[in-house]
Amino acid sequence: MTATATSTAETTEARPEPGKGMRFVNWGANYIEDRTSLSGLVKELGRKIFPDHWSFMLGEVALYSFVVILLSGTFLTFFFQASMAPVIYEGSYPTLKGVEMSAAMASTLDISFDVRGGLLMRQVHHWAALLFVASIGLHMLRVFFTGAFRKPREINWVVGFVLFVLAMGEGFTGYSLPDDLLSGNGLRIIDGMVKGIPVVGTWISYLLFGGEFPGEAIVGRLYTLHILLLPALVVAAIGVHMILLIVNKHTQFAAPGRTEGNVVGVPIMPVFAAKAGGFFFIVFGVIMLVASTVTINPIWNYGPYDPSPVSAGTQPDWYIGFADGMLRLIPPHLETEIFGFTFTWYILIPMAVLILFLVIVALYPFIEAFITGDKREHHIADRPRNAPTRTAIGAAGVTFYAVMWAAASSDLIATHFMLSIEGVTHVLQFSLIIAPIVAYFLTKRIALALQKKDREIALHGFESGRIVRLPGGEYIEVHEQLSDYERWRLVSYDDYAPLMVRPNAKGRITVATRIRGVLSRWFFEDRIAPVTRSELEAAKHDHH
Amino acid sequence: MAGTDGAEPGTAVERHEQAPLPSGVAVISDDRVENPGFPPYRPRVSDTDPVKERQNERRIFWLFLASMAGSVFAVVAYIVFPIHEGDMESVRLNNMLLGLGFTLGLLGIGFGAVHWSKSLMDGHDLVELRHETRGKPETVARAAEVFTLGNKESGFTRRKLIRNGLLGALVLAPLSAVVIFRDFAPAEDPVKLLKHTLWDKGVRLARDPNGVPIKASDVTIGSVFHVIPENLHESSHPLEEKAKAAVLLMRLKPEELQVSEGREDWNYNGIVAYSKICTHVGCPVALYERQTHHLLCPCHQSQFDITREAAVIFGPAKRPLPQLPITVDEEGYLVARSDFQEPVGPSFWERSL
Repeated sequence: MTATATSTAETTEARPEPGKGMRFVNWGANYIEDRTSLSGLVKELGRKIFPDHWSFMLGEVALYSFVVILLSGTFLTFFFQASMAPVIYEGSYPTLKGVEMSAAMASTLDISFDVRGGLLMRQVHHWAALLFVASIGLHMLRVFFTGAFRKPREINWVVGFVLFVLAMGEGFTGYSLPDDLLSGNGLRIIDGMVKGIPVVGTWISYLLFGGEFPGEAIVGRLYTLHILLLPALVVAAIGVHMILLIVNKHTQFAAPGRTEGNVVGVPIMPVFAAKAGGFFFIVFGVIMLVASTVTINPIWNYGPYDPSPVSAGTQPDWYIGFADGMLRLIPPHLETEIFGFTFTWYILIPMAVLILFLVIVALYPFIEAFITGDKREHHIADRPRNAPTRTAIGAAGVTFYAVMWAAASSDLIATHFMLSIEGVTHVLQFSLIIAPIVAYFLTKRIALALQKKDREIALHGFESGRIVRLPGGEYIEVHEQLSDYERWRLVSYDDYAPLMVRPNAKGRITVATRIRGVLSRWFFEDRIAPVTRSELEAAKHDHH
Repeated sequence: MAGTDGAEPGTAVERHEQAPLPSGVAVISDDRVENPGFPPYRPRVSDTDPVKERQNERRIFWLFLASMAGSVFAVVAYIVFPIHEGDMESVRLNNMLLGLGFTLGLLGIGFGAVHWSKSLMDGHDLVELRHETRGKPETVARAAEVFTLGNKESGFTRRKLIRNGLLGALVLAPLSAVVIFRDFAPAEDPVKLLKHTLWDKGVRLARDPNGVPIKASDVTIGSVFHVIPENLHESSHPLEEKAKAAVLLMRLKPEELQVSEGREDWNYNGIVAYSKICTHVGCPVALYERQTHHLLCPCHQSQFDITREAAVIFGPAKRPLPQLPITVDEEGYLVARSDFQEPVGPSFWERSL
């Protein structure tokens, strides 16, 4: 019995006569209360409970790195000039002195070399952006593999997905702003891809770049997107994400005493506030540490954008890699002309694959909800092993993404490991299809094996490593039984079985029912049922 | 025992005396293992040992003190280690010391606050009851009633004509916003622009980037030149023109070249010029392999065989690099015979029209 009621201790304490400082605080609190009625919010949320698990921190990392991005980005806007007007660089970086470049590039160099702390803020901004996308990705994986997207959180999954896409958009627009050689080539690729869109592609590219590529407009336009439109959308989406988090409350992992009907953890005031507030400073501090010691995006090595040169090993920032990799993996010669119109399949197919992949990610909660037909709310997070098919699907998706991602570095893989680029590409093309299938079956088998192991441990205890010689000379290893608390984590999970396809009230079997029957068989045919009370009693009986 | 009332995951959701929600293919068993309830609280050392408690308090204070020192150090570093113009070492030093000061200032606060929360603040777990996300039936009913009233009082579904009028107006209103995007780009037709480059009959091939014209005699066998049109710098849009007109010039032994019909006079003594803009998505195809006469695009690894008129031999690209027909003028400089015979760079919808 650890659960103390939240309100008892505070109200019964006798209040001492307040000191001067306290009287001022009281006066201030009352002043604000009289004008805002803020007490209602504090009453509602002040002791809101947050369950604790290390994996819940990933979303926090994303949130805090976004704050760091806002702070450092604001500093950068005071110096950056989003203009492609050509200027002669006269700043203090010796090798580029006298070189013609855009004002955007020149001002980025000035931030780096002529403003104290400017380089630091640039690096903080770039590292924080990388951390932002990375932590969103990991947070999504956590939510996926623990089934935390199930009812009532499907909508919040979609909001989170939108944030993931927005984060990549923010990343790409920001990456393009300095107008250096690397980012210019990135834009060139975007231009080439846009031109491949049937009917409207040529015009979209023309309007986007304000004329022919590269034009003098794109940096200014991306800047508006990067610092105004996209951040506004990100902030709005984060707002919705947080509100839904408060409405739905946090999920928690199965543990003794925790149920679908409660939330067990620490209150916002004071423990969670201190922990999360402190964690913000830790995230900020770690970004700062990396930024002060590790160089990122040294645009002065790349030089200003020029459509003619390019460096070997050109690749985008890692989070765009999967898209670039997909472009590389498409087999050659896929382009046809129909009635004189050009269909560039080598662009359209990768785009379609990427969009399909992302759409499946966005819609997964609804797909699974359809298959299970389960309309109940779920607040206890699954252990990945206890949903073997979902976990296997996730592993297949991660593998698919990883192969595309690796393909974005196919040339570097080839040069570093002394392989031929053709060989690396062909292996990756093959892996794109085969590796997810292998990952699927492997993961499913591992998850089922882990479930079996859990079952075994729950029923018969674990091997203690203690060998005992019995009076008859027989040696046995002593199995230690779990406590009820420990066992609960192993036996409490949702169990599903394939749907028996039956006619409905009208005596018909609908198509939806048939599909659900097939899919639920795929999902739940191989299943390890949780240990039941009678099994447990029978096992106990055996041991005594 | 707050919160463990009939506590079994999967069964404790239904409240407000509503019918239980359908559970689909979930297996609902009466034989489930029972939730054992909360385990006893395990006290921390700082709960039981006042010495440890004071020790933790001192540690946390030291962390905050370290943070203050770090912030002061950052200010000092900003002043003491300024940037000297052109001295990269000073940039690095400023960046690192300022950053490390900030780092200490931030991490001190962070670790201090987390340590405080974990070691000294109340360590008991608290329990909050969940309620079904859906509102109480009376709330839901009232909300439905509000909409019904709104509909009734406005006549939104009854007055079909004005409702449909409003919908029509709302659909059409954004249309005016679409057209104003047209002036995002100049008035010209992009398709025409994409089909022409600066190359024309008699335009000299010049070195990139300095614009010095190239004599045929300068181009030895096996050499490769990055080429721009000589008149590029006079253009009003040099970057845009360069993005279309960039060319690679190579000299091979004439017998190594496979020349197709109609292109016999496009090379000059084995000197050939090909568009440098990849036909895949437009990266510069800048890597030339002298031994094999292959060109490699570093972006997506399309490879082109120069001996076979830049045919694609690997990678995602479909079309060969367009060849620029060249010859020499009376002074011995390499010149174009004409513009490219097809659009350069990535494919687009109207390319072959």
